[in-house]
Amino acid sequence: MIDKKILDEHNLTVEEYKRIVQLIGREPNITELGIFSLMWSEHCSYKSSKMHLKKLPVRGKNVIQGPGENAGIIDIGDGMAIVFKIESHNHPSFIEPYQGAATGAGGILRDIFTMGARPIALLDSLRFGPLSKPRNKTVMEGVISGIAGYGNSIGVPTVGGDVYFNGCYSLNPLVNVFCLGIAEKDKIFYAKAEGAGNLVLYVGSKTGRDGIHGATMASAEFGEDLEQKRPNVQVGDPFKEKLLLEACLEIMARDLVVGIQDMGAAGLTCSTTEMAAKSGSGMEIDLDLVPQREEGMTPYEIMLSESQERMLIVAKKNKVREVQEIFSKWDLDAVIIGHVSDGDRLKVKAGGETVVDIPVDAVVNLCPVYERESVIPSYMESATRLDPLPLMENYDQTFVKLLSSPTLADKEWVYRQYDHMVQVNTALLPGGDASILRLKNKKKALAVALDGNSLYSYLNPRTGGKIAVAEACRNLACVGARPVGVTNCLNFGNPEKPEIMWQFKEVIEGIAEACKTFDIPVTGGNVSFYNDTEGISIFPTPVLGVVGIIEDMNKALTPGFQEEESSVILLGENKDELGASEYIKHVFNMEKGRPPQIDLNKERQIHEFCLEAIALELIESAHDVSEGGLAVCLAECSFFSRQKIGFSLNLHDDIPPDALLFGETQSRIVVTAKDGNSKKLLELAEKRKVKATEMGKTGGDRMIISHLDKKIIDVSINEAHKAWKESIPEVFRMR
Amino acid sequence: MKFGVVIFPGSNCDHDTYYVLKDIMKQETTFLWHKEHDLKNVDCVILPGGFSYGDYLRSGAIAKFSPLMLEVVEFANKGGLVLGICNGFQVLLELGLLPGAMLRNKNLKFLCQHVHIKVENNKTLFTRKGKKGQVLKIPIAHYEGNYIAPPDTIQELKANGQIIFRYCDAEGHLNEEANVNGSLESIAGLVNTSGNIMGMMPHPERASEMILGSEDGKIIFDSIINKLV
Repeated sequence: MIDKKILDEHNLTVEEYKRIVQLIGREPNITELGIFSLMWSEHCSYKSSKMHLKKLPVRGKNVIQGPGENAGIIDIGDGMAIVFKIESHNHPSFIEPYQGAATGAGGILRDIFTMGARPIALLDSLRFGPLSKPRNKTVMEGVISGIAGYGNSIGVPTVGGDVYFNGCYSLNPLVNVFCLGIAEKDKIFYAKAEGAGNLVLYVGSKTGRDGIHGATMASAEFGEDLEQKRPNVQVGDPFKEKLLLEACLEIMARDLVVGIQDMGAAGLTCSTTEMAAKSGSGMEIDLDLVPQREEGMTPYEIMLSESQERMLIVAKKNKVREVQEIFSKWDLDAVIIGHVSDGDRLKVKAGGETVVDIPVDAVVNLCPVYERESVIPSYMESATRLDPLPLMENYDQTFVKLLSSPTLADKEWVYRQYDHMVQVNTALLPGGDASILRLKNKKKALAVALDGNSLYSYLNPRTGGKIAVAEACRNLACVGARPVGVTNCLNFGNPEKPEIMWQFKEVIEGIAEACKTFDIPVTGGNVSFYNDTEGISIFPTPVLGVVGIIEDMNKALTPGFQEEESSVILLGENKDELGASEYIKHVFNMEKGRPPQIDLNKERQIHEFCLEAIALELIESAHDVSEGGLAVCLAECSFFSRQKIGFSLNLHDDIPPDALLFGETQSRIVVTAKDGNSKKLLELAEKRKVKATEMGKTGGDRMIISHLDKKIIDVSINEAHKAWKESIPEVFRMR
Repeated sequence: MKFGVVIFPGSNCDHDTYYVLKDIMKQETTFLWHKEHDLKNVDCVILPGGFSYGDYLRSGAIAKFSPLMLEVVEFANKGGLVLGICNGFQVLLELGLLPGAMLRNKNLKFLCQHVHIKVENNKTLFTRKGKKGQVLKIPIAHYEGNYIAPPDTIQELKANGQIIFRYCDAEGHLNEEANVNGSLESIAGLVNTSGNIMGMMPHPERASEMILGSEDGKIIFDSIINKLV
C-alpha cells in the first residue's frame, strides 16, 4: 500500500499521487511509483521552471538543436557543428566533494558524446564558502581534485571557468560543469527509440546500488542528515567512460545506431521512458538481463540506480552483432535487454513477471506544471541601500589588499591541477577573459566564457541576469569572438518559497532580454533548485556559458599588455557605481548597494566596436572591466603581459576616486594600441559613437593611476603580483 | 620514416601525437592497437601519454601486459627506436626497458604547466638537433612524475650520460623550485645504455606549434626523423 509516508520519501505530494493513479488507471506498485517520483522530480521535470523558461529566445538561423535534448547544437559552417551544455552537480559535491564533482564532469561529458560529438573542452563554474573555514577548504580541494581526476584521465582538457567565494555557499557549494564537443553536422545522434522490433542494448558499467534517489535528492532541501545521504552519491570511473566514449564514437561513425541516450540522473528509468516517449513508441525490457554489480537487487533498485558510465542504445536489428564487436574491442559489454515495441507503454519484466507496465507519455510529459507564487524579498529594501564610504588619500594598500581577495586572486593553483592542454587545441591558457580553442587545420577558432555574479543577482536579479550574459559576451569580444549560442545553469534556492521564485522569474527576464538584444539563442541548460541547507538559501546564481567563433585565429587577442609605450584606451564610460562591488565586500565586509546599471544596446555597441578594432588590427590587447573595477582590470593587463609591463595613467572623470578605481560599471573594455593606431582607433570610435578615452601609456615596472593629476595609486608590479599570485596557494600550503 | 603510435585503453595523447607527427612533422604515421601483435614495419614506436587502464594501480603497471608489448620489447632489444612520453615513460619503467620508478609529485597534486628542461646530452638519436645546455620550454601534465632510483643506478645514469633532460628555470639553472615534481637529480628524461629507448615526462607533442606557446618539442621529433639522413 502506498501511504503518505512513502509519498514523502519519494518527494511526491498527495495531489501528484492522485494524478498518477488517474493517468495509469490504478494504483502504481512501488517500482512504478519510484519511476514516477524520479521523472516527476524537479530535477527531471522542470515542473517549477518550465513556464518561465519559455521566455528565453531559443531560435536562430544556425541552431540545429535547441533545448530538450541532451545538449544544444549550433552549425558553425564547413560541415561542422558544436555541441555544448552546462549542468550542475551541487548537492552531491557538498556531500562527497571528490565523487560529486567527478561524476558531474562524467555526466556532462556523456551528454555531449551521446550526440555523436567528441568532447574537446570542459569549463567549471565553482562557488565556495570563504576559505577561512576549514570545511570550505576541504570542499574546494575535493571538488577540484574530483574534476581533475575525471577530466585528466578521460583526456578532455579543462580549459577555464571561474571561482567565486561567498558566505552563502558555505553549506551549499556550487559545481557547474560545461562541456563543448565537435561533431560532423550530418552525423548527429538523438535519443530516439524508433522501429518496433529494433533492439535495446545496455552498454558500459554494471548496475549497482549507488546513486539511488540522486535526482530526488537534488530536488529537496538539505537538513542535518547530510551524512546519511552519502550513499546517494555515485562513484565515477573515468577509465570506463573513456572506453565508452571511444566505443560510442566508433559505432556512430558507422551506420549502426537508431538512437542513443546516456544513463545519467534517473538512470535506466529516464533513458527508457524518454527514448520511447520521444519517438511515440513503447519499450519492453527484462531486468534479469541487465548486468549487475551486486546480488539480490530489486526491480526498484535496478530501475532507480544512478550507477555511472552506462548508455542505452537502440540498434538496427541486423547491426547488433557489429555493435557488440566494437564494444568488445574496447572490453565493454553490450547486452540486449529488450526491444522497441508498438504502442506507448514501458513494460519491464523481472523474474519472469511484469513489474512495470505504464504509459511513457504520462511519465515523461504529463508531470504537473506549477506556476508558483512569487513575491519581492523583504531584504531588498535595506540591502540595496548603501551609505557613503570614507574616501582615502591614496589607495595603494587597499588596491593590493583587493588583489588578494580570493575571488579576484590568481587561480593558477586551481587550473594547474587540471590537464588544460590535452588534445593540443588550447590556444589561450586559463586565466584570461575567455578560453580559446583552435580548430586543427582551420582558420577559425572557438572561444568560450562562463560568467555569473551572484551578488548582483541577489541585489537585483533582473540586472544580474542581464550582466551575466553581457559579461560573457564581452569576454568573447575581448579575444575577438562573436557569440553564437548560450547555455545556462540556473542555481537557486527552494522554489516553493515565493521570494526565491521572484528571484528566479526576474533573472530569467534579464537573461531573455540580454539574449534578445545580443541576438543569441539559448540552446539548453539546467535548473538547480533547492540549494538551501538548514533553511539558508544561496544567492540566486545564474551561470551563463557562451560560445563564440573567432573568424581568424591569427587575429585573436589576449588580455596582457604587449609592448611598452602603447596607448592605454578605455572603451566605455566610468561612472559612480560602487554598489555590490568586490571592493565594498572585501574591504568593508558589506554585501550591499545597487549593482551597476546596464544598457544592453550600449553594451552591444562596445562589443561590436571591439570586434571591428580587432578585425582591423588596430589594437594589440583587450581586457574587460568586471569584478574589482578598472584598477584590477589594469593590474591584470600587467600580470598577463609576458614582460609584466606597467602603466602610468591620468584620469579626469568627475567621480569619487573609489568609484573610479573599483566601481564595477558595465560596458567597459581596456585596450592598447600602438602610436599610429591609437589615433585611428579614436577616430573610428567617434564615427561609431562609442566613447573611447586615452588614459595614458604602458611601460615601466610600476602601476600608476592619477586622478585629476594627483596620484591615487603607485604600486610596484612585483608587490601587487605577489599578493595576487600567492593568495590562494597560501591558504592551502602544506604545513 | 614511419612512426607507430600505440593505443592502450585509456591512452589520451595518442591522437595528439599522431596529429603532430603526421600534420606538423609530415611523417608517415600509423596507430598500433595494443591487442595486436603487429608493429606494421614502423621505424619508431611511440608510447603516448594518458591513463592506460585508468592507472588505478601504479601508472603503466597494467599496460606492460598488453599483447603488443611483446613485440615492442623485442623491437627495442634489437635496437628499434622507442619513445615513451609521460604515461609512455611510466610504461617503459614498468617494462624494465628503463631503470627507476615514479612517485607522486612532491606537492601531491596533478601538475599541468609549461616547464623548462635542459638538454643534458645532445649526442643521442632523440636530441641530436638540440644543443648541449639548451633550455626547452615544454609542458608537463602528470600526477606521478617524481623520478626515483637507487643511488648506484643514479651513478650509472650519470656516468653513462643517460640523463637527457633535467627540469630547470628559464635560464637553465637547476633548483628546487624548478624541479616541480621533486624528481631525483631533477630528471625529466632518460635513455637506455644503447641509446635507442627514451622516456620523458614533458609532452613534446604539446610544444610543436607556436599557436600553443612553443615549438621546442619539434627538436625531439626532428632528431628522430633525421636519424636516417
